[in-house]
Amino acid sequence: MNELALAIPYLGKNNPKAARWVVLLIALVAPMIAISFGRSWVRILDFAMLYVLLAIGLNLVVGFAGLLDLGYIAFYAVGAYTFAFLGSPHFDIHLPFWIVLPMGAAAAALAGIILGLPTLRLRGDYLAIVTLGFGEIIRIFMNNLNYPINITNGPQGINGIDPLVLFGWDLSRPIPVTDDFIINPLFLYYYAFLICVAGAIVLVQRLQVSRIGRAWAAIRDDELAAKAIGINTRNMKLLAFSLGATFGGVSGGLFAAFQGFVSPESFSLMESIAVLTMIVFGGMGNLAGVIVGALLLSALPEVLRHVAIPIQQALFNDVLLDPEVLRMLLLSLAMIFMMLLRPAGMIPAHSRYSRPELLGQEAVK
Amino acid sequence: MITLLEAKNITKRFGGLTALSDVSLTIRKGEVYGLIGPNGAGKTTFFNVLTGAYVAEEGEVVFNGTELPAGKPHEVVASGIARTFQNIRLFRELTALENVMAGHHIRSRANPFEILFQTRHAKEEERLITERAYELLKYVGIERFAHTVSKNLSYGDQRRLEIARALATEPQLLALDEPAAGMNATETVRLRELIETIRHDGVTVLIIEHDVKLMMGLCDRLAVLDFGRKIAEDVPAMVQKNEAVISAYLGGHATTGAAK
Repeated sequence: MNELALAIPYLGKNNPKAARWVVLLIALVAPMIAISFGRSWVRILDFAMLYVLLAIGLNLVVGFAGLLDLGYIAFYAVGAYTFAFLGSPHFDIHLPFWIVLPMGAAAAALAGIILGLPTLRLRGDYLAIVTLGFGEIIRIFMNNLNYPINITNGPQGINGIDPLVLFGWDLSRPIPVTDDFIINPLFLYYYAFLICVAGAIVLVQRLQVSRIGRAWAAIRDDELAAKAIGINTRNMKLLAFSLGATFGGVSGGLFAAFQGFVSPESFSLMESIAVLTMIVFGGMGNLAGVIVGALLLSALPEVLRHVAIPIQQALFNDVLLDPEVLRMLLLSLAMIFMMLLRPAGMIPAHSRYSRPELLGQEAVK
Repeated sequence: MITLLEAKNITKRFGGLTALSDVSLTIRKGEVYGLIGPNGAGKTTFFNVLTGAYVAEEGEVVFNGTELPAGKPHEVVASGIARTFQNIRLFRELTALENVMAGHHIRSRANPFEILFQTRHAKEEERLITERAYELLKYVGIERFAHTVSKNLSYGDQRRLEIARALATEPQLLALDEPAAGMNATETVRLRELIETIRHDGVTVLIIEHDVKLMMGLCDRLAVLDFGRKIAEDVPAMVQKNEAVISAYLGGHATTGAAK
């Protein structure tokens, strides 16, 4: 929140308090602005929130602890499928949301530990390769576990997943206020996701400014030195992996409830890469950057879908480039220019790992 | 004098190369113990065995009466040995203060749940760590750079910061690997004052250094390594006269057996 506010040019530095209110205001009214462009834009916002949650989780692993994870989407898949197993007609289990979502998070955390235990001795590129493989393994499992016993329903995926029901309040039902003013469920989901994102930000900041956050940063900056000051690097890496996975799992659960449907194709390698791109694009290791990156890049394909086709039709009377192709092209271009011009990301603000104000007046500069 | 650390018959091989051969030495509580020798003599290897970074093929290290776990650096730190590196290894993206705070990791307890829910214990501990870290920066004399990112500090200050970070682990034995390397004369004098203060405050110091003048004045006792063997161990004045040491440094052919 603070970091986001500070990231606003000019205003952030000169009037941090006002900047904070601006951030809050934007977050609150965003769907109302979006609806004036059409309902699908609110949907895009909802998905953007899920991506923000994913990016925050992945940033914990890649940005803080410096462990390059190319299979992060697997944890998203584990969360989503856990939600689907425990809250859909597929097994005819319908547990309440506040049991299912933590179960999804726990399953993802467990998956993180299972993946982490044997692999965290590896570093850099090697770790990246193994996690990449893990991501694919999970997806292939989801694809094929429909025979001999049908667990995941294979490529067809699982349908009819229960929506979010908070204390008996079904988020997927519109609320009629008057006859022609109806609160769309997309709005309700947006605010539910926003609360999750806000919670995630608070939790991650607490972790960052703590002995654990500093231990992660130490491992990232110099693993040998981290060992030499007594940090149990294996345990700390495992912790980063499993906590990061937990965020992925929560995000996956919300995704399943929101979408009402999961299938293996939502969890391809490209999704892992997309989330990683968001982090790198925004500014690795600092929350504001990660959030901005996730918002911009998750909206990009949707914007393209709405813009690229009409423009091409107007210009050439034909659609020459598929928006999906354009998306990858633009993403790659964005990354290349980013690496050339701003290698530290859009918002390369220095991250805090301590609270200097705890020192009292004399020491604060 | 009480023995703090005893290395017994340490042998370390890298493939066919024997980097340390049957090295034994004893460090007493409260002294400054120097380890010198020509390049490649095995000084840093000895450091790495001592601090758990390497596992020796033979021998053991007894610290405070208990055997140190081999190959587990974090447990060695927990038992009270801290080290610095020959080529400075700070956490570059962290500020000076945060570097020292990271050093407090092993002496703090807050678990993830306490941190996520910001319990009173976690908050109190965080405040304590911050204050202690600042005290340590003052101790080594770089508190004015507390909030500077460590990669932007000057060379001498980085060395001091590394010492502060090592002290944050509350060691009984501080092992310094060439702390004066690359320092100018003034910086070296100030470093010597710092090391003497540290010793005065009850921390035993083990030091590797090439600056012979510094070592002769600073150390209570010296051990000399050459080709992985200890060829002398004595007070500086005696080491200076030792023939095996002289020949090791000047490259003479005088038999190393003289020291045995």
